[in-house]
Amino acid sequence: MPRDNSIQKVLVIGSGPIVIGQAAEFDYAGTQACQALRSEGIEVVLVNSNPATIMTDTDIADIVYIEPLVADVVENIIKKERPDSLLPTLGGQTGLNLAMELYETGVLDKYNVRLLGTNTDAIKKAEDRQAFKDTMLSIGEPCIASRVVNTLEDALDFAQEVGYPVIVRPAYTLGGTGGGICNDEAELREIGENGLRLSRVHQCLIEKCIAGWKEIEYEVVRDHKGNVITVCNMENLDPVGVHTGDSIVVAPSQTLSDKEYQMLRTSALKIISALGIEGGCNVQFALHPTSFEYAVIEVNPRVSRSSALASKATGYPIAKVATKIAIGYGMDEIINAVTGKTYACFEPTLDYCVVKIPKWPFDKFVRAERTLGTQMKATGEVMAISNSFEGALMKAIRSLELNMYTLEQPFCTKLTKEELDEKLYLINDERIFILAEAMRRGYDLDTLYQITKIDHWFLQRIQRLVQTEEWLKTQKLENFDAKSLRRVKQLGFPDRVIAQYVGCTRAQVKAMRVALNVQASYKMVDTCGAEFEAVSPYYYSTYDEVTDAQPSQNKKVLVIGSGPIRIGQGIEFDYCSVHAVWALKKLGYETIIANNNPETVSTDFDTSDVLYFEPLTDEDVENIVETEKPMGAIVQVGGQTAIKLTQALSDMGVPILGSQPDSVDAAEDRQRFDEVLEKCGVPRPAGKTIFTTEEALQAAAELQYPVLLRPSYVLGGQGMEIAYNDKDVVEFMSIIQRTVQEHPILVDKYMMGTEIEVDAICDGDDILIPGIMEHVERAGVHSGDSISVYPSISLSPSIQAVIMEATKKLAKALNVIGLVNIQYVLYKSRIYVIEVNPRSSRTVPYISKVTGVPMVEVAVRTMFGEKLRDMPYGTGLYPTSHYHAVKAPVFSFEKLHNVDTNLGPEMKSTGEVLGVAKSLEDALLKAITATNVKLPQPGSDIVITVRDSDKEDILPMARYFDQNGFHIYATQGTAKLLNSQGIHAEEVFPIDVGSPNVLDILHRGNTGLVINTPTRGRKPERDGFRIRRKTVECSVPCLTSLDTANAMIRCMQLHKHPGDLEVVDLNSIT
Amino acid sequence: MKKAWLALENGAVFEGQAFGAQVDSIGEVVFNTGMTGYQEVLTDPSYAGQIVCMTYPLIGNYGLNAEDYESNRPYVRGFIVRENETQPSNFRSTETLDGFLLRYGITGLCGIDTRALTKILREAGTMRGKIVVADAFEWGDLQATLQAWDMGDVVQQVCVKEREVHPAQGECQFRVALCDYGLKRNIIRSLTKRGCEVTVFPANASAADILAINPDGIMLSNGPGDPKTCITAIQTIRDLMGQRPIFGICLGHQLTALANGADTGKLKYGHRGANHPVKDLAHDVTYITSQNHGYAVLKETLDESRMELSHVNLNDGTVEGIRYKDADVFTVQFHPEASPGPQDTAYLFDEFIAHMKKRKGGVHHA
Repeated sequence: MPRDNSIQKVLVIGSGPIVIGQAAEFDYAGTQACQALRSEGIEVVLVNSNPATIMTDTDIADIVYIEPLVADVVENIIKKERPDSLLPTLGGQTGLNLAMELYETGVLDKYNVRLLGTNTDAIKKAEDRQAFKDTMLSIGEPCIASRVVNTLEDALDFAQEVGYPVIVRPAYTLGGTGGGICNDEAELREIGENGLRLSRVHQCLIEKCIAGWKEIEYEVVRDHKGNVITVCNMENLDPVGVHTGDSIVVAPSQTLSDKEYQMLRTSALKIISALGIEGGCNVQFALHPTSFEYAVIEVNPRVSRSSALASKATGYPIAKVATKIAIGYGMDEIINAVTGKTYACFEPTLDYCVVKIPKWPFDKFVRAERTLGTQMKATGEVMAISNSFEGALMKAIRSLELNMYTLEQPFCTKLTKEELDEKLYLINDERIFILAEAMRRGYDLDTLYQITKIDHWFLQRIQRLVQTEEWLKTQKLENFDAKSLRRVKQLGFPDRVIAQYVGCTRAQVKAMRVALNVQASYKMVDTCGAEFEAVSPYYYSTYDEVTDAQPSQNKKVLVIGSGPIRIGQGIEFDYCSVHAVWALKKLGYETIIANNNPETVSTDFDTSDVLYFEPLTDEDVENIVETEKPMGAIVQVGGQTAIKLTQALSDMGVPILGSQPDSVDAAEDRQRFDEVLEKCGVPRPAGKTIFTTEEALQAAAELQYPVLLRPSYVLGGQGMEIAYNDKDVVEFMSIIQRTVQEHPILVDKYMMGTEIEVDAICDGDDILIPGIMEHVERAGVHSGDSISVYPSISLSPSIQAVIMEATKKLAKALNVIGLVNIQYVLYKSRIYVIEVNPRSSRTVPYISKVTGVPMVEVAVRTMFGEKLRDMPYGTGLYPTSHYHAVKAPVFSFEKLHNVDTNLGPEMKSTGEVLGVAKSLEDALLKAITATNVKLPQPGSDIVITVRDSDKEDILPMARYFDQNGFHIYATQGTAKLLNSQGIHAEEVFPIDVGSPNVLDILHRGNTGLVINTPTRGRKPERDGFRIRRKTVECSVPCLTSLDTANAMIRCMQLHKHPGDLEVVDLNSIT
Repeated sequence: MKKAWLALENGAVFEGQAFGAQVDSIGEVVFNTGMTGYQEVLTDPSYAGQIVCMTYPLIGNYGLNAEDYESNRPYVRGFIVRENETQPSNFRSTETLDGFLLRYGITGLCGIDTRALTKILREAGTMRGKIVVADAFEWGDLQATLQAWDMGDVVQQVCVKEREVHPAQGECQFRVALCDYGLKRNIIRSLTKRGCEVTVFPANASAADILAINPDGIMLSNGPGDPKTCITAIQTIRDLMGQRPIFGICLGHQLTALANGADTGKLKYGHRGANHPVKDLAHDVTYITSQNHGYAVLKETLDESRMELSHVNLNDGTVEGIRYKDADVFTVQFHPEASPGPQDTAYLFDEFIAHMKKRKGGVHHA
């Protein structure tokens, strides 16, 4: 059946900010959906609170709302736009929940909006634990022994019945939030209670634990005709027990015979048909390792992280096909875009092996609990493709950008036997390296299997890599012949590892490879195992003699992507990479993208002319360069990942488009940067570069406390800390020096002033500043974790002029061509420079959207010599918008145990939202609403515990709470002060001293807000840390900066609900 | 492992390593795109005369076991994989790929760029080739040998010599005569588990032989080679038309078409894999099917007054199924018995059962 012509205007709901469990994959899915709808002439209304997404571009959807994803707001949008339909299954769990809420509350009926794709009954059957179990029972598909409970007592009863361990899975939460494995009653009490609270419907599934079974997933697509296919299956290297988002995943399955493969495939098809899904769906199975016994773990009745992975792993665009199905097409009517000939109604076949490894934030949060379980902790993932498992695994490891290039790692080799034995039992991000180390020390695979239940097949492959490492150690470079060298390269060993093991330089290995003609070749991802000719140039590298790559003779540009999503380098950089590609296409260049993140729009084979799905290391990029011979490369849009490759690309003879490597160096090298500042006459906080702790202490003494400590050349303020005394300096230096520092460490005077951020474009002569942003929090909170306001609130025209002038001087002095991001601090009416980054930044998407200046495109044009004065946006400071746009950070602390939530110079947020309104307060309220923080309601408890230096500033806020019906609880010092000022506050004890203390207050469950400004140090045993963690567990907002608290009070004073605010169509403001 | 080479009719040569029997072998080189199911492929008699290249690069991962044989032994003339897994991992595995091939005297070739080979076959079409186990390769007169090579009467090589009876599982409800042109065991299993007693007849059995057991229905199996060489079988089918319900698979489908005046032709590189979409035209539903054929019935040669195109391949539009209007006969090109591959079309066996039931009912009432 062709498309349903009654569908004319569709509302698409995005997934909101990036949080753990919901990342860029939904921008990819949503963008595909919008494009698919528009290609059918359907008008698309899009709502998403996340401004860093491609889908919120006005060239992707017709009408874009960057608004909080709450029912009242979306109802207002529906009221205003009157879409005839809503597409609910492409915006992750957030979008799906919201759509269901709108349906259940009758909003959709009221405005005659129909849900496209999978209907609500099917969604309920898949999402509601009991309904799902009943459905499985009725079609004879086995589930794990489990019970749906609404009370802790029922959970405990069931566990008693089936025996421990049991797993808690809260209903309607994403990434398994609040769930976990409980080994005994005490654990079930804790995890169960938490899970019930976090569930939207106060419901959990308590399940018999089948940890150790194989975990297998099928991605299934079905249309309304009943055509149903599996796009691919995937096998988790980590058996059941580790969340699939935290598992190393392989596609296709490796250890299943056709009988098991087909048994589970048939089951998946049966399930999706019984549920009546129309669109994409993910089915997870547990398969007993030594029998045909299996159980259905769960079904996601929507596109998911796994479907993004499956799409990239096979070349089959699930989101696009699901969208076309939703508007009426059968799969037998949708053309396979990869072959251009065959139809979407077929099953892709792979002639390669795909490995996904999650990207965890443990390198950043050194104190975070690294254990992996049923609650996801990864912020992103990398995917690698090769025609061997080993090759793909090695590529994936180096794609993580952890400075790891092989399995043998110093943190493993230095372990004692006792330590190693202990670590073998830990299920965490280090497990694969620990296993490799155990193999190196002769542990037999049966023992390792008994401990880990990781299938022998995977263990053998890891062992093969370890054996190759050991073999390499015995070799000399000159003994290699073409065959042996090719074999090592096919197993995925980079030149630098070979060089390290055989004892020579990388250049010598490369020279040997050239001499023996062992060079990278490329194979195509074509959905069909070469059975049909493919038209989409999507490649991965191998070391075969025959290559599929057919580089054109066109003028082409290589755009380096930004790798996996991590804290400090999020989806914003994918936005910039994609926009760079689009700008290049407009200018008539052929575009090549190199990237390794399967979640993103940039790695959609439709985005660039040629896609290389590869690790972003110098060697891997050099291979691409040698094949494609691009006329230039753009590195300034791919975050630090791309910037790190600047010098290497330049050394390969690839012209860097825009700012040259020297600009990056001049901005990062402290001495050179000081010279630039001197020349420009722009001051910066006094500072020094040091290498040792002694030097750090001396520098701090000279600068006087407080001082900022940080390593150079890092992203997201990684390792950055404010030190107030010598003890802090010693502690921070020991943390920084845990990893080898190639570059000096910076010590700066810390100035607590107003932080200002500027993104500018420089063409060599002029600059354009689309907007100046001001942070709500004073300097000291990382810009990525600050609430950022555009236009600036407090800057006088003369200060703006100073900023304008300083920006221009700095950009020109650093020879910036293209984008530059500068952070300033306004301290005692003077402007100081904190940092200059000659590259795109986190704020580029948001400023581009609210000002209407397509910053990346303008920047790309300047790279090709176009002048700002010849472009329609002019030079200097761009006219200020009449709207206010407030960007607020979003955190994922509930997923990361033991991470301190206090905000400081090191970035901790995983995503961001934007609030846009005519007044600043309204915009602020929208932003705070969008972060899912609930404003405290009168009658609730407010806990205040602040450091001495904040005690003056807290008074007006405390007074507000006191006078508006809140109960204040405060620790001794704070309470005394408040009482002395006539503010009612009840004093509570320090933890461990007496009761009631703050934790007791939190336990009561009536706390609306905690304001806690941290004292020095960040030792976890401190009270402050325990209080902050407790707030996370209780889902109570906790503010660690008085500036944020103040902003929140301003919102409260509005006395408005999100639904009272006018929704703003992005087209109308620019 | 010894060095080995694959030499193709078109002059292409691949260097790899021999495994299994490690002797020279000549055959028609084809590729299969299934990601699992190599044991079923190896033991599918339809591959007789062929050297099979798997496009999935890691083969042998889950070993071989006693249960997944589709016939008594492998019939391939050679087996080409990128990587031959020597340490399989699966609870049923009893043997490695290498050990299995060695036991049956079949040569394996590994370590070659199977994607490059597949592209050659896709572009130039299926062709003859030889696996040569030697330190160095020389063409010599190999080109002429290849061109002269013929796979011979492969159906006769693979089918049963004497009739065999397989009892029904549970109560026997129908008696089925199964003509063996190179059948896969799962056809028998699919019938016996539906309550059929199955009598397997050699390919050259006459209609009289078959009707002598008074079957409720007749099943025509898959098999290797060019259908036009099976002259006896075609005549038998012609004689059987209208006598009993008939269900034909693969070669059985092609032979029935030939018996009814349609023509068959060779496909450029055939359909071999587990992901082929086939549309059931009557119900407008597309199924993912398991396939293994190098020949196809030519659409333009169907006599529309008697033959209805029931199934079509969604990728290339080739004939995938025919219903005969004047007889209780239907045939499909794909493999509803799966093994390997998707089980989505197993319902066709139920349909066959329904045909037999209907006829039986009619007979009783007559």
